[in-house]
Amino acid sequence: MSVGTNSIGKPVSRIDGPAKVTGRAKYAAEFSAPGLAYGVVVSSVVAKGRIISIDRSAALAVPGVIEVFAHDNRPSLPSSHEKYTDQVAAPGSPFRPLYDGEILFSGQPVALVVAEELEIARFAASLVDIRYETEEAVTDLDTQIDQAFEPPEKRAPDWDPPARGDVDSALSRSPTRIRTEYRTPVEHHNPMETFGSTAVWNDGRLTVYDKTQGAPNCQEYLCSVFGLAKDKVRVLSPYVGGAFGAGLRPNYQLFMAALAAIGLKRSVRVTLTRQQMFTLGYRPQTLQTLTLGAENDGRLVAVKHDAIANTSRFEDYQEPTVVWSGALYSCDHSTVTSRLARLDLFTPCDMRAPGGAVGMYALESAMDELSYAVGVDPLELRLKNYSERDQNKNRPISSKALKDCYLQGAERFGWSKRRPEPRSMREGRELIGYGMATGIWSAFFVPTSARAILAPDGTLEIACATADIGTGTYTILAQIGAEMLGLPLDKVIVKIGDSDLPSAPVEGGSWTAASAGSAVVEACKGIRKELLKHASAINSSPLQGVDVADVTIVDGQIRMTSDPSRAMPLSEVVMGLKEPIRSEVSAAPDERALEEYSHYAHSAVFAEVRLDEELGMLRVARVVSAVAAGRILNPKTARSQILGAVVGGIGMALHEETVIDHRYGRFMNHNLAEYHVPVHADVHAIDVIFVDEQEHRLNPLGVKGVGEIGIVGTAAAIANAVFHATGVRVRDLPITIDKLLELRQPTSNHAA
Amino acid sequence: MQGRPQATSHPPERSLPPKLEVNLHVNGVEHRVFLRPWTTLLDALRENLDLTGTKKGCDHGQCGACTVLINGRRVLSCLTLAVMKDGAKITTIEGLAQNGELHQLQTAFIAHDGFQCGYCTPGQICSAVGLIAEGRAKTSDEIRELMSGNICRCGCYPNILAAIEAVMQGAQT
Repeated sequence: MSVGTNSIGKPVSRIDGPAKVTGRAKYAAEFSAPGLAYGVVVSSVVAKGRIISIDRSAALAVPGVIEVFAHDNRPSLPSSHEKYTDQVAAPGSPFRPLYDGEILFSGQPVALVVAEELEIARFAASLVDIRYETEEAVTDLDTQIDQAFEPPEKRAPDWDPPARGDVDSALSRSPTRIRTEYRTPVEHHNPMETFGSTAVWNDGRLTVYDKTQGAPNCQEYLCSVFGLAKDKVRVLSPYVGGAFGAGLRPNYQLFMAALAAIGLKRSVRVTLTRQQMFTLGYRPQTLQTLTLGAENDGRLVAVKHDAIANTSRFEDYQEPTVVWSGALYSCDHSTVTSRLARLDLFTPCDMRAPGGAVGMYALESAMDELSYAVGVDPLELRLKNYSERDQNKNRPISSKALKDCYLQGAERFGWSKRRPEPRSMREGRELIGYGMATGIWSAFFVPTSARAILAPDGTLEIACATADIGTGTYTILAQIGAEMLGLPLDKVIVKIGDSDLPSAPVEGGSWTAASAGSAVVEACKGIRKELLKHASAINSSPLQGVDVADVTIVDGQIRMTSDPSRAMPLSEVVMGLKEPIRSEVSAAPDERALEEYSHYAHSAVFAEVRLDEELGMLRVARVVSAVAAGRILNPKTARSQILGAVVGGIGMALHEETVIDHRYGRFMNHNLAEYHVPVHADVHAIDVIFVDEQEHRLNPLGVKGVGEIGIVGTAAAIANAVFHATGVRVRDLPITIDKLLELRQPTSNHAA
Repeated sequence: MQGRPQATSHPPERSLPPKLEVNLHVNGVEHRVFLRPWTTLLDALRENLDLTGTKKGCDHGQCGACTVLINGRRVLSCLTLAVMKDGAKITTIEGLAQNGELHQLQTAFIAHDGFQCGYCTPGQICSAVGLIAEGRAKTSDEIRELMSGNICRCGCYPNILAAIEAVMQGAQT
């Protein structure tokens, strides 16, 4: 591809910005339809058992109530769990909402009250009298360690790399050995927009505005569950108010809205409450054990990582938690294992850097502990164990500028000012700690389709079913289109978030810029070919006989790359078009490049924390995140993604934890007052560096994606800074004030 | 604003509270609407007036997404019953731009990339308008503190701060 860099790489403002700052951007629950009815979900108050009776008479007696759907009166539904599966489903038996009276988790949707007004539905929902036969629910992971198992069917085989060397004998030979246990809690994504679906019924056709990261995934789900033809169902998600993974799988409000619309033959909207957001998927709890063996100079000899995470009774949800420990550092002996334990909770789901965020917290905390054990600076320790190869697969990494991340990040942060001993840096009442960690995340390219249409008026329409959940997809796709065809950005219209558009996988895995972006590149190449054909056909065209591979479109000109004097104005060619040029393609990765090389984005994270020792008040004063993620399409929106992920990492380190009351098998703090997320006052200076990294194999753009890398390593960097400030190692997240108050007697480590 | 219970055959405890006439003065436009007293200002804006720019993030006053300006002060519309605001002057995100020109905070939010998903944005901007009008925040830390009722889960806080500071500094010069 010949690139004129007139758009790609520029820090342009979001093209959806004006819609978002004026309130014009419409989210799923903001679309309306004639005769729209409102559905409110009734949630199970028990965690395990079965429904023995439903008395809906009081609810139905409320004027304006249309129907109360439950398992005993719902329209016919398929019994096969397979019918409820989706593109992101974990192995197992997907949940079937309202299928029968069996209760699998607290908060399970058990009824839907539909009424003429929202408040009426909400009031009537409180009157539905449901009686349960309860069984004891098991929700305490610590009691299930003996039951932990390796799932027979894996979500991805790569996440369980085979052991190499002989880790146990290597450990016994290692002059320095550390074995530590880390805990991470259940976390909920809590995007600001609660899940909602507006199902518009139109004479047997269903159009659903849904909060989702995958409109095609939801369309397929609805067709499968309700036995509808594909042309009868359309799912749209033009704007998505955050998701972070929570919108990867179809959530039950989508099912409910569709069920009611089909059952009542009218349009229905169902929105979840913030409390009900805690009945959806979540980041699972983990118990992790890290054992590192090293030479006295810090060079790793052996790495052993075992993780146990919870899943539900009905699906084996597994994350790539331990794979990084085997891959990242140069080390001859490694065994990593990942097991699951079943609890009576809903199935977890991917949350920003699933597995990586928690697994790398453990590995990078253990590396920090090793640095003190061997007396080597934490950054120096990483450099000593640097690997140019993927240690799990023993193959080269296509591009890895992690060393630059370490060096540039350390320079920007002022790492050299760090004194090695804990509790050695202080200012007034505040203890100061510096900590650092490495981040790593897979770079993907997933087959994706896109369409480009160039109209004679010079506007380019880009279309792809993918979504923009705040990631900047609208903007980068417009930039790519503008770049490819030498157009100003405002001449590009981007259509996404619609199952009617060329198909795309779910928007996740940090793969959208690479995948949808590459599809747009390919679609625009088709347009260029046609343009050249038209240009060559014009009488006395200077471009006659020129090969499309030797053509550049830049600055309003279409010209020969090797001989720029052979050029003509783009506008002349476009205006001469009799009809729009259309190009629709599927883009897919080069399988050989995927086989021969590993593909990762990397980062180095540096954090400064300050602790008021008397009050136990801890704050993250500064974070520098240096990221190597190939080509950055838009430094402005990419920087925001890293900022946001760092804030997510601050939350993970210091605030976020969904607490379970094991007596009832229920999440207790199911609201934004008690589930703490970082607020303005918690977030101080965050500095983002994108180091130069040339990637040539993964995709035509050289892009790796930046949605998740920013959270990986951040919690560890902060936890390590807390140790450096205080001399106390808290090994269970979040590092809250109650754990820090033990600093008054800093005699021992907090956790075993 | 007198209302009478609807004549109904349902048991009294199941009858609905009657609809009351309310005059909502929103973004310079008078809206005469009939609402039950249990309707929040947030739901009235979104469901009755089709002003969906004001967002529902928690419905419990814990996230700030529903922030609007009432008589110039920032207020959580999810904790405000619409009938209480009869005749009050309400400004929502849809009313900040004047004569097709964006409010300077709207422009600054775009320039500083003060949002990602955009869902908390109307609340952040309305809250920032109120904050500046209050005149209490002078330093970055004071802005952070006094904006802490508005959660941004995308974590755009540094950019939101930069946008607010740019407008505050612009106002001084």
